[in-house]
Amino acid sequence: MNHDFNELRLEGVTRRFAGAGGQAFAALNELTLTIKRGEFIALLGPSGCGKSTALNCIAGLMQLSGGSIWLDATRIDTLPPEKRGFGMVFQNYALFPHMTVAKNVGFGLRMRGLPDAEIAPRVAHAMKLVQLIGQEHKLPGQLSGGQQQRVAIARAIVIEPPLVLMDEPLSNLDAKLRIETRAEIRRIHKELGRSTIYVTHDQDEALSLADRIVVMKDGVVQMIAAPHDVYGQPSNLHVARFMGYRNVLELNVDSEQGDRVALSGPDVHLTGVRKQPLAGGRACVAMRPEEFVLAVAGAANTISGRVANVEYCGRDSLVDVVTASGTLLHVRAPGTPTLGENVHVQVPVERVLVYPSEASA
Amino acid sequence: MSAAGPSLGTSPDRRWLDRAWTGLLWGLMTLFLVNIGLMIAAVATNSFAKRWLGTWLPDGWTTQWYVSAWKEFQLDAILIVTVEVVFAVVFLALLIGVPAAYTLARRNFRGKRLLMLLFLLPLMVPPITYGIPLATVLYKAQLAGTIYGVILANLIPAAPFVILVMTPFIEQIDPNLESAARVFGASTRRMFWHVLVPLLGPGILAASLLVLVRTIALFELTFLTAGPDSQTLVVALYYAVFAAGVRAPQSVDAMAMVYMMVTLAWLLIALRFVNPTQLVSRVKEHPQPA
Amino acid sequence: MSSAAAGAPPSAAFDRTLLLVVPAAAFMLLLFVYPFLYGLALSFNPKEGGAFANYSHFFTTDNLWPTIWTTLRLALPATLINVGLALPIAFKMRVKSPYQRWATTILVIPITLGTVLIAQGMLTYFGPKGWLSQFLQFFHLYEGSIRLTHNYWGVLISLVISGFPFAFLLILSYITGIDPVLARAASTLGASPRAQFRNIYLPLLAPGLAMCFCLAFVQAFSVFPSAVLLGSPAGPTRVISIAAYEAAFEQYDYSLASAIAMIMGFVQLIVVAAVLGLRNLMYRGPVSGGKG
Repeated sequence: MNHDFNELRLEGVTRRFAGAGGQAFAALNELTLTIKRGEFIALLGPSGCGKSTALNCIAGLMQLSGGSIWLDATRIDTLPPEKRGFGMVFQNYALFPHMTVAKNVGFGLRMRGLPDAEIAPRVAHAMKLVQLIGQEHKLPGQLSGGQQQRVAIARAIVIEPPLVLMDEPLSNLDAKLRIETRAEIRRIHKELGRSTIYVTHDQDEALSLADRIVVMKDGVVQMIAAPHDVYGQPSNLHVARFMGYRNVLELNVDSEQGDRVALSGPDVHLTGVRKQPLAGGRACVAMRPEEFVLAVAGAANTISGRVANVEYCGRDSLVDVVTASGTLLHVRAPGTPTLGENVHVQVPVERVLVYPSEASA
Repeated sequence: MSAAGPSLGTSPDRRWLDRAWTGLLWGLMTLFLVNIGLMIAAVATNSFAKRWLGTWLPDGWTTQWYVSAWKEFQLDAILIVTVEVVFAVVFLALLIGVPAAYTLARRNFRGKRLLMLLFLLPLMVPPITYGIPLATVLYKAQLAGTIYGVILANLIPAAPFVILVMTPFIEQIDPNLESAARVFGASTRRMFWHVLVPLLGPGILAASLLVLVRTIALFELTFLTAGPDSQTLVVALYYAVFAAGVRAPQSVDAMAMVYMMVTLAWLLIALRFVNPTQLVSRVKEHPQPA
Repeated sequence: MSSAAAGAPPSAAFDRTLLLVVPAAAFMLLLFVYPFLYGLALSFNPKEGGAFANYSHFFTTDNLWPTIWTTLRLALPATLINVGLALPIAFKMRVKSPYQRWATTILVIPITLGTVLIAQGMLTYFGPKGWLSQFLQFFHLYEGSIRLTHNYWGVLISLVISGFPFAFLLILSYITGIDPVLARAASTLGASPRAQFRNIYLPLLAPGLAMCFCLAFVQAFSVFPSAVLLGSPAGPTRVISIAAYEAAFEQYDYSLASAIAMIMGFVQLIVVAAVLGLRNLMYRGPVSGGKG
């Protein structure tokens, strides 16, 4: 199945496991997604959200409990993995320890019955792409983590698959290597243009690599959108929390006008933008630490409090601000405020995102 | 997270072949296990049988054979000897094995590999091969035929086994724990007693049970070194079977049952604490690339 | 063996922990190495004749030297059966399941019960009047009494009964030590289950399989009680351990007995070396050049 495709469709893909006490629970619940040719999709979420399950189902390493997977007009969820022709990069690299790097990379081509004469140049080309020339005769055990990762990538792309699957490929690397390899993955994707599904729990990776991000929680899709929208306009509170909206306050709803909502709580009066329909008299607001600015008392959308903790971060500081009634806010402010100082922090109305209260959700 | 088996989208022929192969393997395994079960049942039945000649079940049932076997083979004396030998072997094997395992796990030194080979050899060479020269030496030292000779002989495969089991166990314990204990003021002996031994408890228990079960069943070494009053149960059983023509086979079977009960009892206890594979693996080699 | 051992600082003074290993080492040297060397020396010091008299006696006496072949005739087929059956069955059972646990637990029983009990059980069960014979006669599968005891077949069967569980458990522990994700990776690259076995499992198992074969062979080659109880020790199943035992305890010729024990060990060594050599030869193949 080595031809390019126009779209990969997942329709209601569900995977259930027998849980404790015999109750079946859905690790993946009704995932519906269409991937266009050349797209880079990130499946993002905390552990247990179903993203790895989804990847394994697409690869064929797990059978579906419900739903179907289509490659253009061909149904593929009934095929075993060796017939699907997708390339996969595993979290622990899964390099064959008894084969040299060259044999590892050429394995998929050998399985397809290509003669050695054809395999060698293609392997060389893939090694050049991941910048590993010269390591062909080493065994995986002799390589560093970053090099092993690149071998795993080369092995997946050398077969020129219509789709590349990556299961948290960077999570075993240290921070510096992670950033470097991330750039590599971007570069390779730009050069080859292969459709890619990338699983990660790291939002920075998802934001920098993906064309579209699928945010998941407990097996259910929370949001599918471009990185810009996932970052700036999370569609529900879970996505907001996950994407770094650290300040989540539960407040009373005073009034609504269109999508503008006025809310209040002890020491707090805010106006925000409603992202979902509200019910009951309570709602949750989510705000990013970066979007607060220092202001004067009495300005609109301003909260006053005392500086409780300061973490120096170089170009700014992460400041904990505590209001008189004990509400805690995390704020990123320039400079270094003094401990105990009274400050007033202001946030723009468009950046106060209002969601239904968690009790009613 | 099971790998998708051939049930996905393979040809019907392939699936049939695969099913047939699986069926064959399961069939062989079942045949094997069933026959072993029946074999043991046959011994059990015969031990309770009045007379049993070529029919499905014996003519009548009795427990007389157990009584006569007990008297005839002096099972009480033999059981006592067996208990003495086995527990002595376990105790001594732990005594010299655990410290050695500690050193091997925690220290690197010149000649370490040679030492490890020395400890591994008795487990890889079969007892008969080194038993004969050993019996010769024990005979010269006038220990052959006594219970001390038997204990020493059985200790030879037992101590290395303890070392083999305990070494990875000790390696698993974070050496930082020992450092932490020292930093907080514990002397070596107190560190051993309060930190190491409690953590090693399960491993020591596992090693003891494994040595115990293996020593009960170990035939050749005791056979070569025992005298008439220092035989263990398994050797006495051998002699009983050997002279079976003279005695009623039922009493031999009764004795075999006694032996089996003793072994099975300890085996069941051992299996509660130990993985079955450990009873077997003499050398645990992890697959290495060439 | 591990990185944990690197924790000790290099001490200028003598490391007292090393003393802990002395009792065990001394014991081994005294009761294993010394008897072995003593036996070796003794074998060259026969009751009568020159240094090699024992060995020449062995190879010229009609009831002695054929024992090597007799024992090989039993040990090699038994080992091949044991390992050959254990591999596919253990491979099938590599996935952790209740069946795997049950099978491993039950299979431990023949190992722990030992060769003597198996012999007695076989005499009762496989004997001419035993259940198996009755069963076959009842279903008219075989008329007449079966002759599976007191001959070659009895000993062979008992070697399989005591050897198969051991080979199975050992191979199972090797197979489960192979990360299943490797097979999954191979499948995403287009390898059928057959190709996965050939390209991933088999090469990774090769060292373990060779080791298992050697251990199983050594165990089978030292067969003793079964050969006496279940075989006919005077003739077709007169194995080399019987010859050694007779020399030691019936003829009281410890020198000859030691010589026979040395020969026994030597033959084992040759076979083990051959198997390991074969493994090294074959194992290089898929890794270096050529088609894998």
